[in-house]
Amino acid sequence: MREVIDLFKINEYFRSEDFKFTMILIRRSPLTILGISITLLLIMIALLAPIIATEDPTKTDMSKRLLPPSMEHPFGTDQLGRDIFSRVIWGSRISLFIAVAVVAISLTIGTLIGLVSGYFGGKIDEILMRITDMFMAFPRLILALAVAAALGPGLFNTMMAIAFVDWVFYARLARAMALQIREETYIEAARAVGASDIRIIVGHVLPMAIPTLVVRATLDMGGTILTAAALGFLGLGVQPPTPEWGVMVSEGRRFITEQWWVSTFPGFAILLATMGFNLLGDGINDILNVRARR
Amino acid sequence: MLLDVRDLKVRFHTLRGIVRAVDGVSFSVNYGEVLGLVGETGSGKTVTGLTIMRLLDENAEIAGGEVIFEGKDLLKLPMSEILKIRGRDISMIFQEPKAALNPVIQVGDQVAEAFLAHESMSKEEARERVLDMFRKVGLPDPERIYRSYPHELSGGMAQRIVISMALALRPKLMIADEPTSALDVTIQAQIMNLFRELIREFNTSVIYITHDLALAAEISDRIAVMYAGRIVEVARTEELFENPLHPYTVGLLRSIPGSKSSGSRLFSMEGEIPSLLNPPPGCLFHPRCPKRMDICDKEVPNLLNVGNDHLVSCFLYGR
Repeated sequence: MREVIDLFKINEYFRSEDFKFTMILIRRSPLTILGISITLLLIMIALLAPIIATEDPTKTDMSKRLLPPSMEHPFGTDQLGRDIFSRVIWGSRISLFIAVAVVAISLTIGTLIGLVSGYFGGKIDEILMRITDMFMAFPRLILALAVAAALGPGLFNTMMAIAFVDWVFYARLARAMALQIREETYIEAARAVGASDIRIIVGHVLPMAIPTLVVRATLDMGGTILTAAALGFLGLGVQPPTPEWGVMVSEGRRFITEQWWVSTFPGFAILLATMGFNLLGDGINDILNVRARR
Repeated sequence: MLLDVRDLKVRFHTLRGIVRAVDGVSFSVNYGEVLGLVGETGSGKTVTGLTIMRLLDENAEIAGGEVIFEGKDLLKLPMSEILKIRGRDISMIFQEPKAALNPVIQVGDQVAEAFLAHESMSKEEARERVLDMFRKVGLPDPERIYRSYPHELSGGMAQRIVISMALALRPKLMIADEPTSALDVTIQAQIMNLFRELIREFNTSVIYITHDLALAAEISDRIAVMYAGRIVEVARTEELFENPLHPYTVGLLRSIPGSKSSGSRLFSMEGEIPSLLNPPPGCLFHPRCPKRMDICDKEVPNLLNVGNDHLVSCFLYGR
């Protein structure tokens, strides 16, 4: 199949008019720039966590219990005397990892099922779509909770639980795209040279559907971080002492009236990460729309 | 004989009823021959082409007939066999060249697909073969064109690419569905010349589908005239132009601007093609026919050989 990354093509793209136009569109939208900045910042923090964090995120020190924010502990300390700043920094790794992994899994499964469903239509479509309907009949978080409870807590199981409920949205979208794309003349032309259905799905339908699916995936990153945090908060997700934001907010509940910083800083981290990805997704969406209208 | 279509019937099941798009069509194509399939929009010529390729949509039903290609009935072959024939033995060119190319894939890779679908070869070999084809169809700077996307190409270039894709595997038969209708007249002439050269060089038989009788005459050895899903007249090109028999063919010839039989004012035929949902009884052309007789709305005329390999379906020439 086609090479995914071709350095020559990328170089060519950066010099093209198309790229300049994209840059102009980005510059015109402050919210997109904000989204990109937050997302990049988050990625930087996750990558550089060992350098940025001032302390071991799991090191307890009962003599330093619940200290308010200070120069030494910018976000204060929690009930076990752990440095909240370091825990929030390390938490970015967990959240980003969950978000990327979950989106990758559900995007792959959903796209596969959706494209097959939409392209072939008929009975195959009917069966696959009734299955996705079954998943969509439950509220997203409730189903994820049920699956997480059934699988038991833990990082891997959290990801499985979220991917389990998320793929249906990609399947729906991919199906809609495939339904539209399969009517195009170039699909007929590909058939006319003897290309098999698999070749056509992989070689023609998938490349056309990818941009839309990627936008959806970017938009979904924020939601996934939120869901993972919610599962952690409810004790069904990642378990302590792992520095996961949801878990940290949950642990701070008991002290919220007196020691507000325990829950507040990880809460802000969740807010910031979610907002960053949502703004980025919206921005990409807008840019693609403008380009489509050009 | 390369292709023999016998009494082909195709129906579409629509919400408003059954449309008899192709209703008993018979014709044949010899080795190395170019057959022009001429008719108005909705006369069933494209559907005929798609049926031969087995590319019809699901709401279409092949209600009868045979499509014998080199001794095999294409309508009875399993899909796995059809996939081998498509592109390698029979290929098709579509009306809108740009629509026939995927907008997000480099055009070279799309042409390479024809090779990769049928022959086990590396991507590099396929690429070389594609570049060869690009040179053959007269594309300048093939290397650059290979890496182009469809929106970067003109209509004429896009059609050259589509032609190179259709001829890539030297098929025995090519179905060309209005290949120049979407192009400027000047480009049209270039493409027609290229087309003529290539089919001679590759010794490919062609079914040339068009609504333009004059255009069909430029390239075809024989012409079959279709009307409302039926063939009304078949003859060698010169014979058809010198001695048109069916009143519909006569009308078509008079409608060509600058033709001998037209007066100062361009002739236009009265009426329009009948609805195929509720076709008129008898000969489908009778409501528009200037030579209508009593029998015309009662019986369907057969396609008769009136000599000189000239076939016509009209009661004026017998039953």
